[in-house]
Amino acid sequence: MMIFLLRRLFLLGTVLLGLSIFAFSLGYLFPGDPLQNFSGLRYIDSAQREQLIMAYQLEHSYTKQYVAFLTRVLQGDWGLSFSSQQPLLKEIWQVLPATLELTTYALLLSFFVGVPLGILAAMKPNHLFCKSISGMALIGYSLPIFWWALLLIMLFSVTLGWLPSGGRLGVLYEIPTRTGFMLIDILLSDTRYQDAALMDAFRHLMLPTLVLATYPTTVMIRFVRDAMLDVWDQNYIKTAKAKGLNRLQVLYRHGLRNALLPVIRQIGLQFSTLITLAMLTEVIFSWPGIGRWLIDSIYQRNFPAIQAGLMIISTLVITINMLTEILHTFFNPLARKY
Amino acid sequence: MNRLGIFAVLSALSLSACQPEQPETIRTGLVYCAEGPPENFNPQRVTSGTTIDIVSQQLYDRLLDIDANTGNLLPALATAWQRSTDGMTYDFTLRHDVAFHHTHFFTPSRPLTADDIVFTFNRIMDPTHPYHFLGGGVYPYFQSVDWANLVNKITAIAPDKVRFELNRPDSSFLANLATDFAPVLSAEYAAALLAEGQPQRLDTQPIGTGPFHFKEYQKDVLVRLYRHSTYWRGPAAMEQLVFDIVPNNARRMAKLLTHECDIVAFPRLAELSLITERPDVKVQESTNMNVGFWAFNTKKTPFDQVKVRQALALAINQSAILQAVYFNQATAAKGILPPTSWAFDQQLPAAEYDPAQARALLAEVGLSQGFSMDIWAMPVQRLYNPNALKMAELIQADLAQIGVTANIVSYEWNTFRRKLTNGEHDSVLIGWAADNADPDNFFRPLLSCAAAETGSNRAQWCDPVFDHLLHQALSTGDQQQRLGYYITAQQYLHQQKPLVAIAHSQRFQAINVNVEGVSVNPYGGIALFGARRINP
Repeated sequence: MMIFLLRRLFLLGTVLLGLSIFAFSLGYLFPGDPLQNFSGLRYIDSAQREQLIMAYQLEHSYTKQYVAFLTRVLQGDWGLSFSSQQPLLKEIWQVLPATLELTTYALLLSFFVGVPLGILAAMKPNHLFCKSISGMALIGYSLPIFWWALLLIMLFSVTLGWLPSGGRLGVLYEIPTRTGFMLIDILLSDTRYQDAALMDAFRHLMLPTLVLATYPTTVMIRFVRDAMLDVWDQNYIKTAKAKGLNRLQVLYRHGLRNALLPVIRQIGLQFSTLITLAMLTEVIFSWPGIGRWLIDSIYQRNFPAIQAGLMIISTLVITINMLTEILHTFFNPLARKY
Repeated sequence: MNRLGIFAVLSALSLSACQPEQPETIRTGLVYCAEGPPENFNPQRVTSGTTIDIVSQQLYDRLLDIDANTGNLLPALATAWQRSTDGMTYDFTLRHDVAFHHTHFFTPSRPLTADDIVFTFNRIMDPTHPYHFLGGGVYPYFQSVDWANLVNKITAIAPDKVRFELNRPDSSFLANLATDFAPVLSAEYAAALLAEGQPQRLDTQPIGTGPFHFKEYQKDVLVRLYRHSTYWRGPAAMEQLVFDIVPNNARRMAKLLTHECDIVAFPRLAELSLITERPDVKVQESTNMNVGFWAFNTKKTPFDQVKVRQALALAINQSAILQAVYFNQATAAKGILPPTSWAFDQQLPAAEYDPAQARALLAEVGLSQGFSMDIWAMPVQRLYNPNALKMAELIQADLAQIGVTANIVSYEWNTFRRKLTNGEHDSVLIGWAADNADPDNFFRPLLSCAAAETGSNRAQWCDPVFDHLLHQALSTGDQQQRLGYYITAQQYLHQQKPLVAIAHSQRFQAINVNVEGVSVNPYGGIALFGARRINP
């Protein structure tokens, strides 16, 4: 296990190294002055220019520049945003929690809906009900989410007027940002309209969470179903049944535990897709998360922000991937052999 | 199937819990959905109507106001003003006990005095002023009217009296003070910021005397303002005012229909009839002095040739554009001045559409093979041009008829304007909304040499003959004489064609029927001081 962990960590390090080299090279690959691209400053006077060239080692070799770049990144100096002239890291910390909040709820929803439905679909694979679950999963899997999202907005917001069409919270509620996670911030705040705000935040969460959860739920259903069908034929299940355990006991103790292993791995593998979908969802629902921020930055030709967004999102995806893989290995002794 | 079922139950639960009555916060607050973010919070430094709508009338007051109906000047922070007989000196008497905003970041110790006026206007013209170069020393509106050379000195002659001494008489001087670009800032706040070493906050965390005070700005998301309880005109009806930034037209409309927005700026003309069918939303129409135009970058070839510009003007089908882009909710433009201006030249001919003549003109300058050009179409919907991309496509098709290949170019709005100011374009579809009732407000900011330098002259056109005409018009106090100069100027423009005027549009806002008291000045931004909710 130790060797496995070390190998994984080494791999993680290598990937991050490659990523940082790529991010560094973007400073030169983007159009414009590399000094502006690295610092994010719009107007640089000559004194400042000299000072920055010194600090960024721009007159030295690329290797030295890269080391200087890496040092800055590690120290938390990610430069400024072209459009707001605010430190990028600060901006990212303002938008990242919104994305994490949305993806977490979507993942939870897909887990609590997808796993039971997957099990149900596997129990009697030829029953009409179970077939229709699989059918729904296939439709959900192939549904373009921007279209699906617009349909839901049309129905629940515009036509029925039940749910808001976008945003995280009604704009008239003023909730001070502490953690960046809306529900937690509301609970921490001591405003007179805490209950109303909480309800409002909840209503704002429903449509985006549902939209974002669609894809992982269908993946979850299909995976749990396949894994269950697979496990259900194993000899140890037959043994368990022969021992006289009832259906629920077999399912829980012997079936589910083994069937859920590949699901853990799936969560990691699907995370990058989920982030991509989260970006789309954020744009459609005006969700002020990192996806919308990054897409706005692209429109605004905000090169330092694109660079920083790329670094943070890739690091997040790679780390989550690695973590789930480690978890998977931890729970599954068979995988450790590789 | 199951998922939807669970969802339906959840939504039913959440709805039943909040159905009984609207929370108090909703009843005492108003949401205005804006089409874009503000550039900053100081109108002196901006040109965009978006920023003016959000900032000017809500956060600040001016020395003078304009009567929306007559275009006459009204007292605001100045209760009286006097012009010397030679037209070179103006004395203003200030209103007493005008309180500045008291906010979480600043507590004023004194009411408005003449020092604030001196501070505010010196910032624009005095390079030694500590705040002059904050933001690059760019004051587009004031530079376009050549303010720094017009005003010689501003002095506080008493705590409530301030004197402006001019270098030459200028009949548009007072009108300039009444524009939304001329707010009064707090000298005390500025001094406090300097002492803290945070001067840049003057324009990002504003302090003014207006009906609302600043609370927060979440970049590209929202601007939050609260009522200024000691406002000199009395407190505003609404306690909270939020500008929700929603650049997407369809989304803004959706938010109006879901009641997430109370007021929506610039509903799409195509959707006006749809909105009027809804019982919960009304459309408010107001006159606005504006013009949408197609400007050629006259610093670039071949647009530096008059004949090329005339040919391009002849090639476009104005009535088709009016139909497809403005849905016939606008007046066809003959020149840059709207017909409602007193200086409008009644003799101007209507725009002609004659591709054959256009081709002949191009042949005269050796361009019978045609050429290729860029049309920059602004990415946002503005009053004077509700859909620049569509207009660009129509023009592209028209130009193809005379052998000119047009490429349509667009960027994000702030980037677009920056590149435009740098003069990187061949031609651009943009426009202008007046800031005051004076006709000069159309000519100088758009087509003078001074404006070509600051970039607000989108045609980059600098013509001494035209500049001289404008100058003559300004130095006379006689209205008839001025009219004469302006008519000559309009005829000259008609012949020179640095830009092709396309349409003058009405301004529309879509408002929730429960909201009243929203007023729009024909010369500027929206004012939400009087807005209130009825039967909440």
